[in-house]
Order: sequence, then C-alpha cells, then structure tokens
Amino acid sequence: MSKRVGIEVSIAISEAVGLARAEVIPAYPITPQTHIVEHLSEMVANGQLDAEFVPVESEHAAMSCCCGAAAAGARVFTSSSSQGLSLMSEVLYIPSTMRIPMVMVVANRALSAPISIWNDHQDIMVQRDIGWIQTFAENGQEAVDLTIHAFKVAENRNVSLPMIVNIDGFTLSHVIEPIELPDQEDVDKYLPPFKPRYKLDPRRPITMGPVGIPEVYTEAKMAHDMAIKNSKRYILKAWKEFEEVFGRKYEPIDTYRTEDAEVLLVGMGSICETAMTAVDQMRDNGQKVGLLKIRLWRPFPAQEFRKAVGKTKILAVIDRCLPPGAVCGPVGAELRSMFYKIPGSPKIFSFVAGLGGRDVTVSRFEEMVDKARAFAKKRPRELYQVIGVREK
Amino acid sequence: MANSDAIVGWKTITFGCHILEPGNSANFRTGDWRSQRPVTDKEKCIKCGMCWIFCPDMTYKQDEEGYFEADMEYCKGCGICAHECPKDAITMVPEEG
Repeated sequence: MSKRVGIEVSIAISEAVGLARAEVIPAYPITPQTHIVEHLSEMVANGQLDAEFVPVESEHAAMSCCCGAAAAGARVFTSSSSQGLSLMSEVLYIPSTMRIPMVMVVANRALSAPISIWNDHQDIMVQRDIGWIQTFAENGQEAVDLTIHAFKVAENRNVSLPMIVNIDGFTLSHVIEPIELPDQEDVDKYLPPFKPRYKLDPRRPITMGPVGIPEVYTEAKMAHDMAIKNSKRYILKAWKEFEEVFGRKYEPIDTYRTEDAEVLLVGMGSICETAMTAVDQMRDNGQKVGLLKIRLWRPFPAQEFRKAVGKTKILAVIDRCLPPGAVCGPVGAELRSMFYKIPGSPKIFSFVAGLGGRDVTVSRFEEMVDKARAFAKKRPRELYQVIGVREK
Repeated sequence: MANSDAIVGWKTITFGCHILEPGNSANFRTGDWRSQRPVTDKEKCIKCGMCWIFCPDMTYKQDEEGYFEADMEYCKGCGICAHECPKDAITMVPEEG
C-alpha cells in the first residue's frame, strides 16, 4: 500500500525519480532546485537507486550529458532553475528535434537582474519554444505524479520527446506537504523499461544530429512540430492509465467553479491554489467567477481550453513573466492569438503578477477580476497591467 | 550537395533526422562548392601516395598506372594534398565557369 507522508516536495520528487528507476542523472545544483539533485545523489550514494549520478561542471554540460546518455538508451533525469536553465539553453533545442526522450523538473525562478532566487515563470518562458512537452504542477502531489507521468509520455515510442515538469520554486520545492508516494510495484506496472526507437549502439551504428542542409532543415522541424502536436493523445492516454493505476485524475485544463461564470481567471502552477480561495470568496459574495488552470502548456491544448471557457465572455489571464517591450505576457499572447476573430470569443485581459517571489494574495485576484470587468466595458489604454506594483 | 534521393518530405524524413545508414555522405556530391581544384603534374609525381594519405575526405583514388587522382564529386579544394606533396607535383588551380 502506498502511504501518505509529510515530506518536502523536492525530496518527494527525488523519490518519484527513484521509483521511476532513472538510470543516468547528470545535474548541477542551483537554488531552488538543489534539494532535488542533492537527494538523488544521496540515493545513488546510499545504494537506494541503481543509477549513474554525473556531477557535471555546468548546466550546459548537464544537458549535453543527458543527450548522450539518453541517445545511448538510458532513462535520464535532470533538474534545473533560472540562470542554470538559461545556461542549458543552447542544448535544449537538440534532444527535442532529435526525438531523444528525457525528463527534467524545472523549479521555476526569476532571472537576474536584479538577482532573485525567488519564484516566477520567466526562466521557463524564455524556453517556451524549445520543443519539449511541458506541464505545470499546482502542488506537491501533482509534482510527484507529473514526474512519473512525464517518463511514461516522453518514452512512448510514438512520442519520443523530452519533457519538462514545472514546479514553482520555494512555493512548491521547499514546502513540506502531505504526499502519497506510490508503491514501487505500481510504478513498475505503469512504467515499463525504456525501449528507444533508435539508440547509439556500436553493433548497429547510426548518426544522430547530422547537418540539416537547407533542403532538409524545414522538413526536420516540421516533423518535430507534428510529433509534439500528435503527442497530446498519448499525454491524455498516460493520464488515463495513471488514474487507473494510482487513482488520481489529471487533465490538460482544470476547471474550478466555472459553471455560469461571467469572469474566468486563468493561471498556471501553485498560484492556482490561492486563486481557488479567491474564487470561493467571490462566489460567497455572489460574484460569478471561476478559474481555469493550464496544466499542459506544450503542446497547448487549444481544443480543451476553448471547451473549458464555454460561454464565458471575460478572461483575466495571469502571466508570471514580464517580457519588456512586448504587447503582453506569453500566456496572454497565446490565448489572444488562439481566440482572434473567432465569433463569440471572450474578451481577454492580460495581467502580470507574482514576479520574483512577490506573493499574489486573494485580494490581488479580486482586483484582477474587478479590473477585467471594468475593461470589458471600457477598453484600457495598456495591453497588459502589472498587478501589485508600487507607483511611488 | 543535394542528392535527390535524400530530399524527402517531412512525413518520410528519418526519425529525429538520424542517419541510419553509416557512411552515406558518399551518396552526396559534397564537393560542389569548391573554388579551386588540385591538378597533378605526372612528370613530377613519384606515386608516393602522400596526397592519398593526407586527403581529409578520402577523395584520392589510384588509377591503373599507379597515379593518384582526386574525385571531383567530393574534393573541396582544401589544398592539403598540394601542401604535403614532397615533389610539388600538385598545383591548385581556380575553378572556372
């Protein structure tokens, strides 16, 4: 029987990686991801996990090592954050178009300057287009479950893509939560050994990562794009199987009290927990407000999102990322493009909040809902609003 | 450089753009962007094979008389053969036209 224990989310993720029987873990520590890889190195050193832990000299080396190990057919895990993830950037585009599966947990953190070790989504939004499948966890249990799910999806022979599970730095990574860690037997049942479509094997030599001349490059990128678009069905299937084995259900878009809603908040990750409290309070006050949580970010589940919006006419979209000089944050831009000129589509208002560890409190969600309602009547001058910024 | 057999659509391109057949660069005209070519003076050539040894793309082949000749499908005109030839028998001449 699996048991529910009070455990730090980072440690629980490491245990999940152990349960998934990861074979190679190249990693470089960085706050707030540190506890994940520290605990994994302990697990390997103690003989609890039969894996190679590679203490690399940088994140660039970590991701390069991941590519090599996964190309040779190993089940690979790594983790990073913020500046470390940015240092990986050059390599991140490589395993995705090369269809080399691996799993990375990103403990989301702000980017310098000014130096901030605290949570927002700017680090991962820089890497939006690396072509990896990406999910966002709302709490510790989800972080564990999505990590196990990620191996199942990434290694599916029809998917064969790398996958990122985003967890909010500190807000999730350093918090002790009651978490049900699955049984080894169940994880083994859910996650069979990794059998890659192709691997680097001297007995049957192939070349991975050759030059793509102008006559080939576009087709290679198109094949990658179609692979990630087609992955959605396998992501959903893996969630369905997850529910059958572990009893917890996941969907690409979660809805919370959306019935007859006039305004829907749209968020990702751990702020959705506070947003639910805000929705409850607003509902108690007779306001018809609901919440949409984006769990699957890439491939973007457009069909599921439209269905979840239903007939609601106003969306208040929260971006935990401020792209200077852009028309709005990446999530806002995504949704505006998706609904552009579709008859009956909702009015979409973009809010930037929760940068660099700034708390987004219940009253801030109420403020966003109030503003969105006002903007629906009188169009604002700005294309997005920064919430909770001091003017003086 | 293109070989028409390799120019396929995105649905048939190899998985991950891997090369599944080792050494398939021989199927491509990899030397078609050359700006100069090696020309061997058979009067000076002693058939020592230094050009054949040093050529980084293995373009030199020995003919029936024992002379070494670069295959212009693959030669990129780097000039290493001319530099290494102990008898200065190889001259790099500009490609024309």
